Amino acid sequence: MFRRQADCYVATFAVDEVRVLRKVASEVVGLLTDGFDHTDPVVGRLFPAVYPKDVAGSAEFRRYTEGDLKTAKIDQAGAILAALPDEAGGEVRLDAEAAEAWLRALNDARLAMGVRLEIKDGTDLGEELDDAVTEDPGSSRVFQLSVYAYLGYLQESLLNALID
Amino acid sequence: MGGMAAPQVAPVETPDTDEVPAADRQWVTIVWDDPVNLMTYVTWVFQKLFGYSRERAEQLMLDVHHKGRAVVSTGARERMEHDASQLHAYGLWATVDKS
Repeated sequence: MFRRQADCYVATFAVDEVRVLRKVASEVVGLLTDGFDHTDPVVGRLFPAVYPKDVAGSAEFRRYTEGDLKTAKIDQAGAILAALPDEAGGEVRLDAEAAEAWLRALNDARLAMGVRLEIKDGTDLGEELDDAVTEDPGSSRVFQLSVYAYLGYLQESLLNALID
Repeated sequence: MGGMAAPQVAPVETPDTDEVPAADRQWVTIVWDDPVNLMTYVTWVFQKLFGYSRERAEQLMLDVHHKGRAVVSTGARERMEHDASQLHAYGLWATVDKS
């Protein structure tokens, strides 16, 4: 978890954490590049229609803003990939700009996972995880829910370090 | 998610009334509640993007959370579209509407 050290935000990650972060950041990049698909609900959430009742107006807005927004989101996911240690675990040290890119990128990753996991208002993550473990401890849902919870803690710790 | 409360937010900058036609000032940026974004993050984004005080940003976040949505900025249509696209970069669910 992140802590502030002078002008930097520092965290030490185990090798498994590095792998998970690399995986989720790469998945976001994949979603925004080769896999970009407007009918994907994740893309719908990351690029919301700005005029919910005006399809043409939303399309027009999208035409002007989507390219930049996509680039920004790819860059911020790239900030995670760039700062992670290569293969082993290790320390990540972020300046203020990189820390903000990480915050936004962690949020994008959580939004994407939240859609896939069907997280709703009032979803109790602990309960969801218990149910998933009861059903099949080795399932992908157990893993995904754990990663989703982990990303939330990580984002919160970075935010708290920034606000302090 | 009951009725929308009256907008409690003044524009970030007062539009120049000499240059902006009245019809162009009647737009709002709305942020909608979603189950993923952390409350502390939403508050931080409002402070960061709009320069709102901690108290005001927190109140807006709570409005989003409890009422389902809140008006976060008011002004000319182009500026609201700019605000919405900034909010999208931070992952908030923002739309633009006539006030």
